[in-house]
Amino acid sequence: MLLETLGLSRSFGGVRAVAGVDLVIAPAQVFGLIGPNGAGKTTFVNIVSGHLRPDAGTVHFAQGDVTGLAPHVLARLGIARTFQGVRLFKGLTVLENVLVGRHARMRPDALRRLWPRGAPDLADREIARSLLDRMGLAARAGALAGELAYGDQRRLEIARALASEPRLLILDEPAAGMNPAESSGLRGLMRDLALNGLTILLIEHDVRLVMGACDRVAVLNFGRKIAEGTPAEVQRNPAVREAYLGAEDVA
Amino acid sequence: MDAIADFLSAYSTLIALVGVNALLALSVWITLYAGQLTLGNAAFMGIGAYVSALLGRHLGMPFPLALGLGALAAGVLAVPLGLTVFRLRGVYLAIATLAFGEVLRVILLATPITGKGQGLNGIPPKTELWHIFVSCVVVAYVLWRVQGSTVGRAWAAIREDETAAASQGIAIRRYKLGAFVAGALIAAWAGGLSAHVTFSIDPNDFAFSKAVQILVFAVVGGLPNVAGPILGAALLTALPEILRPLKDYRDIFQGAILLFVIIFLPRGLVTVAQLRRTRRLQKIGAADVA
Repeated sequence: MLLETLGLSRSFGGVRAVAGVDLVIAPAQVFGLIGPNGAGKTTFVNIVSGHLRPDAGTVHFAQGDVTGLAPHVLARLGIARTFQGVRLFKGLTVLENVLVGRHARMRPDALRRLWPRGAPDLADREIARSLLDRMGLAARAGALAGELAYGDQRRLEIARALASEPRLLILDEPAAGMNPAESSGLRGLMRDLALNGLTILLIEHDVRLVMGACDRVAVLNFGRKIAEGTPAEVQRNPAVREAYLGAEDVA
Repeated sequence: MDAIADFLSAYSTLIALVGVNALLALSVWITLYAGQLTLGNAAFMGIGAYVSALLGRHLGMPFPLALGLGALAAGVLAVPLGLTVFRLRGVYLAIATLAFGEVLRVILLATPITGKGQGLNGIPPKTELWHIFVSCVVVAYVLWRVQGSTVGRAWAAIREDETAAASQGIAIRRYKLGAFVAGALIAAWAGGLSAHVTFSIDPNDFAFSKAVQILVFAVVGGLPNVAGPILGAALLTALPEILRPLKDYRDIFQGAILLFVIIFLPRGLVTVAQLRRTRRLQKIGAADVA
């Protein structure tokens, strides 16, 4: 198992945002995490990526206990993520954003750069460019990240996350603000990445995308896991239907 | 050649001051580039000045060694201070670092060996113009090269979005501390150089107004690259001299020039050729310092 959480809990004031969630994610699959607004999905992701500490429970990643480690340590171990509502380095160029994403895999080159003729990061720039190429952003490499159209910003954020060569990629609502064509492109990309051995944890509202892209799906409601299984199983689950119909429409 | 020699001898004090101020502006540039508003560099300058002057006076230490130890003292002190103050951000960080400067001033005022309020007088004029010039060139070159490295990009990423930067594997605290310590070393080096130009130092030389002055040099010059702080320091240091013929109107013109730069070149003098980029950055609401 690549990622395993046991009894993961976190409260804010009196609200139990995540309440004893057990989740097991096998390698090389797309795992969907869905649930109504306020179900605790983003809190769960923030704990797994190190941005929040859990009140109780453990996170195991690649056979090691990583509970409570800092985000930069987890990034080095191979957990990369995107953020709900895009968090790019707006004032840096598109290429620079991807290079920052590669920080964890680059040798520090400040000292080597003191020699005026050195260009120690050529290989990394090459990798960054090929990632941009793959995301269809190669032509915008020199633009400021904040100037990109919203769909492009989303794809740039994924390129930045992939630049660290992660083992687990967490996508927090990547399809928000994407048109149907972009969203289906994203589905193809996720399948492709999983085929090449990457594990993806997908947080998403777009039910069609989740059902089309995921191998397994877990459903959170009020911080608890109420169902888990294949997309088809989850869709038939009465508890899931109730949770969704109480809050919002399924389709 | 004679003309140059005449100019140098007539204005040597001013030229030395420009160089020292350029070093100070570069020292604060580092933390500003990483998006951190720290105002402790005047105090670090003071540490460099006092430590190097005292080592020379009481231990007869050679000048370069005294300078180096003065810088080292500030660098070592910057570590625990940085670990403490970088729990804070924005104006709170600025106030905490200013408070450090105030504490240092009070300590200097009360300590016999630093001459209390009298300060230190009769510091030998060991600094040559070329010392300052070489220091500026070396510091500017190193910072310029570092800016394009993994370290410089990490600083920029922290400035743009700290949370996202952490997710890229950047150890935020370590990079902020690195910027702070590097700034302290440079500021203290500049302090040691300036003490051996000015003959005397006292605690008020390194107080609040100096801290703000250093910040203004860097911001007016511009933060996108190392030319900004140097240009800002040169202009603002030389301006009173250039405007001398205006006599009583000098302060008015100086204030007007400052206002003009801040209104029309909000990213600093060096961005005069990049006004389009400035507008693009403002449009997308990027972090406003660089």
